[in-house]
Amino acid sequence: MSDLQNAGQTIAQPPAGNPATAAAPASTSSRKGRIPLPQSTLLRHLLAVVLCAVAAVVLLESTDPFRNSQLATLTYYAIAAGGLTVLTGLNGQISLGHGALMAVGAYTTGLFLSADEPLPLPVVFLAAIVVTALVGAVVGAAASRLHGPYLAGATLALAVGLPGLALKFKGTLGGEQGLRVRAPRAPEWFGDAIKTLTGNPATATKWLAYVGAIALLVTYFLLANLIRSRIGRTWRAVRDNDVAAELAGIRLGSWRVLAFVVSAACAGLGGAVLAIVVRLAAPSAFTLVLSLALLTAIVLGGLGSLLGALIGSALLVFLPQVTTDLGSAAGLDGTEAAQLAPFVYGVVLVAAMIFAPAGIVGTIRLRWLAQRAKRAVARETGR
Amino acid sequence: MPDTAVAPDATRTSGATLEVRDLTTSYGPVRALDGVSLTAAPGRITAVLGANGAGKTSLLRTVSGLVRASSGTVLLDGADVTRAAVESMVGRGMAHVPEGRGVIAELTVEENLRVGALFRGKVGREEFDRVYDLFPRLVERRDNPAHTLSGGERQMLVIGRALLARPRILLLDEPSLGLAPRIVAQIFGLLRQLVDAEGLSVLLVEQNARSALSVADVGIVLNLGRVVATDDARTLMADEDLRHAYLGF
Amino acid sequence: MQQFIDTTLSGLAQGMVFAAFALALVLIWRSTRIVNFAQGSMAMATTFVALALIQAGWNYWAALAAALVSGFVLGAVVERVVIRRVEGGPELNAVIVTLGLFVAIQAAVAIIAGSSFQSFPAPFGLRGFTIGGNTIALTPNRVYVIAAVLLTMALLVALFRFTRVGLAMRAAAFGQEVARLLGVRVGRMLTLGWALAAVVGSLAGLLIAGGSFVYPAYMDSLIVFGFVAAVLGGLDSPIGAVVGGLLLGLALSYVSAYFGGSSVVNLAALVILVVVLLVRPGGLFASTVARRA
Repeated sequence: MSDLQNAGQTIAQPPAGNPATAAAPASTSSRKGRIPLPQSTLLRHLLAVVLCAVAAVVLLESTDPFRNSQLATLTYYAIAAGGLTVLTGLNGQISLGHGALMAVGAYTTGLFLSADEPLPLPVVFLAAIVVTALVGAVVGAAASRLHGPYLAGATLALAVGLPGLALKFKGTLGGEQGLRVRAPRAPEWFGDAIKTLTGNPATATKWLAYVGAIALLVTYFLLANLIRSRIGRTWRAVRDNDVAAELAGIRLGSWRVLAFVVSAACAGLGGAVLAIVVRLAAPSAFTLVLSLALLTAIVLGGLGSLLGALIGSALLVFLPQVTTDLGSAAGLDGTEAAQLAPFVYGVVLVAAMIFAPAGIVGTIRLRWLAQRAKRAVARETGR
Repeated sequence: MPDTAVAPDATRTSGATLEVRDLTTSYGPVRALDGVSLTAAPGRITAVLGANGAGKTSLLRTVSGLVRASSGTVLLDGADVTRAAVESMVGRGMAHVPEGRGVIAELTVEENLRVGALFRGKVGREEFDRVYDLFPRLVERRDNPAHTLSGGERQMLVIGRALLARPRILLLDEPSLGLAPRIVAQIFGLLRQLVDAEGLSVLLVEQNARSALSVADVGIVLNLGRVVATDDARTLMADEDLRHAYLGF
Repeated sequence: MQQFIDTTLSGLAQGMVFAAFALALVLIWRSTRIVNFAQGSMAMATTFVALALIQAGWNYWAALAAALVSGFVLGAVVERVVIRRVEGGPELNAVIVTLGLFVAIQAAVAIIAGSSFQSFPAPFGLRGFTIGGNTIALTPNRVYVIAAVLLTMALLVALFRFTRVGLAMRAAAFGQEVARLLGVRVGRMLTLGWALAAVVGSLAGLLIAGGSFVYPAYMDSLIVFGFVAAVLGGLDSPIGAVVGGLLLGLALSYVSAYFGGSSVVNLAALVILVVVLLVRPGGLFASTVARRA
C-alpha cells in the first residue's frame, strides 16, 4: 500500500525529458548495478538536454522537409503543453485559455518582426514571453481564487473572448485574415554549419525547426529544474493540500499566480515559435480546439510530466495525419476527415479520465513501481 | 410529550428481528468490523456502545448496505439482505437514521417528511399529523428550510421522517450527539414509548453509554471492530471494570 | 430612444435563451456538482437532428419535439455511460470529461453533417411589429422565444414543487446518502436530471438557431454566455440563472450597440465573469446554506 502511495506521488515528479531519470527517485539499494547517473539534478538534466539535442539533430537531418515542418509544429505544441502541464499537473489549476495565451505570443512576435529593422530573434522571443507572462499574471491573479469548474469556465471565456481583440483592432492585428509574420531568414553560419556537418542543404524550414527545437530544449531544461526545486515542491503542496500549505505559511494566491505566469510564459514562447513556423497569426489558429488539444496532450501524457507533454504533443502532430488518411480511405471528404482528429481528442480525453487518469507516462510508471514493489516484497520474504 | 401520541397502532406490523453473523468490513487495509455477530429483537432497544473508532457507525452502514461487507451475513427476519441495494432496505422495513442528523438542508421540514414517505406511494395526511403530534415543535417550522432548525429539532425531524417509512426496525446513529441532556432524555424517552407501544426493534449506536444503557434493554460493547461484551443493559451498567475499560464512565 | 428600446428588446429575447441555457447548467450542477461543458455540443447535436428532419419534410413542431426527445435520450445516455464513472471523483476529472464530450460530439456532428453554415427556419415571422409607424425589434419569433422559455420554466417549477418525482430529484441532488437510505433511487434521479437538463439546453439551442444559421461550432459562445449567466446567479440557484441570463442578455446587447460592436461581445462576457467571480464569487443569489452532504 505504501508503495502505491509513493507511486502516486512520483507521478508528479516528471523526468527531464529523459527516461533514464525515471529511475532516479528510487531507494538507494535499487540503484546498485545501474549506470551511475550524476548525483546533481542540474547535471542530470544537462546531460538529458545534451542527449536530446543530439537526438533532435539526428532526427532533423535524417528526415525530409515535410517531416521537418511537422517537427517544428511539434516543438511549439510541446513548449505550450509543457507550460500547461506544470500548471495543471503540479499546481492543480486547469486552463482552457492557453490557446489564447499562445495567440498573445504569436501576435507580439508578428508585430515585432514587422518592424523595418526587426530586432534579433531571441529578443523578439523574449518580448513575446514577457508580454504573455504579463497577460498571464493578470489572468492568474483573477484565477488564483478559482478552482475546478469555475476556473475552467473563466479560462474558457478567455479562449472564446480574446480572439475578438484581433477583429476589433483590425488595423494593427489584421482582423479575420490575421497578421502575416515575416519569418527571419536563416543566418549564413547556419547554412555553413549544416553543410559541413551533414552535407545536407539548409532549408528555411529546417532553420525554423532548429529554432523551435532549441526553444523547446531550453524551456524543458528550465521547467525540469523548476519542478525539482523548492518552487516545484511548494506548487505540489498547494495542489495536494491547500489548507495544510496555508497553515505552513505558504501564501496560496501568490504561488498560484506564479504558476500561471510561468505557464503563460511557455505559452507565449510556443505562440512565438508558431508565428514564425506558420508565418501567420490569425484568430482561426487560436480557437478553443487548440486549447483543448493542448489539454488532450497533457492528459494523454500524464498530468505534470514533461515527458508526457512531449509525447502528447507528438500525438497531436502525427495523429491528425493518420486519422485523416483513415477517414479518406473510409470515403469521407477532406473537411469531414479533418474532423476525425478532434473527434479522437475528445474520445481520448473521456477515455483517459475514465480508464487511465494517470496518462501514458503515469500509468507505465505506476505499473513499473508496482512491479518493483512486488519484487522487493518477494526478496524480503525470500530472505 | 403526550402519551396518546404513541398509542398502539393496529395497522403497524410488529418489529423485525435483525441478525448479524460474523460481519467483516474493510476500508482498504483497515478492518472496521472484524467478525461481529449480534441480534436485535422486536420490542427491544439494543444499544451498541464503544469508543470513537470502535466500528459502531461502520456496523450500521454495513447493515443498511451503504458499505459492502467483505464477509459475513445480515439477516432481516431470516432473509439474507447482505447484498441488497441500500435503496431497497427501507422497503424491507429498515430505517437507518445516519450520524450527524441527516436532514436535507435545502428542503423544508414538510418536504423532508414527504421524502421519508416517498417510497410508500400515497400516504394519508393523518400519518404526517401523527409525526407533528409526536414533535409539536416541528409544526411551526413546517415550511422552513431544514437548515434553519436547531440540533434538537433536526433530531426530531429525522426520527419523525424515519417513522413515516413505517419501519419495523430503526437504526439510530448517535442521536444524542451535541444535544442538551434534557433533549437527549426526551428523545430517548420517546424511543422507549415507541418500542413498548408498537413492538419496534431499535438498534441504537451511542458513544454516550450512560444515557444509552439507561434506556436500552440489551447492550453490546465494540472495541476495534470486535464485540467484547453482550449482555443485559443493567448487567453491563453494573460491570465496573468493563465500564472503565471501554465505556469511559 | 428607438435604438435603446430595440436594444433592450433584443437583449431580453437573447437573455431568455441564455437563461434557459444557464438553467440547464444549474440543474446539473445542483445534482452532480459538475459543470457540463458539453451542454452546448449536445444542444447543437439535437438542433441538427431537427434540421435533418425539417429538410426531410417534417414540419417545425414535429421536428422540435423529436429534437427535444433526442436531447432527453442523449442526456440520459451521457450521464449513464460516461458521467456516472467520474461522479464524486476529483473535480478536474469531471471537467476534463465534459470537455472531451464537448469536442467529440462537435466533431462527430461535423463528420456526419458537414461544417458548412446551414439556415435553420423560424416558426414565426422575423419582421418586427409596427407600432405607430415604427418597426420595433420585437418580432413574432422573439415573442415565441420568450414564451417558450417562460413555459419551460413554469413546467420545471411545477415538476420540482408539486410532483413526487420532482421531490425525489431534489432529495437526490441535495442529500444523496440520506435519499438512498429513504429509498430514493438516486442513480435514476441523476440520470433523469441530466436528461431534463439536456432537454432545456436543447430548447435553448433550437430557439437561438431559429431564423439563423447553424454549424457545428454555433453554440460555442453560448456555453460561455450560459456559464457566465449561471455564475452571475450563483450556479446553485435556478432563479439566479434566469435573472443572470436576462442581465447578461441586456448587458451584451448594450455593449454590442453602444461600445464597439459584436466583435467585443465575447470579451465583454469575459470581463463580466471575472468581475463577478472576484467581487461576488457566490453569485448575486448565493444561497446561504452551508453545504454538508
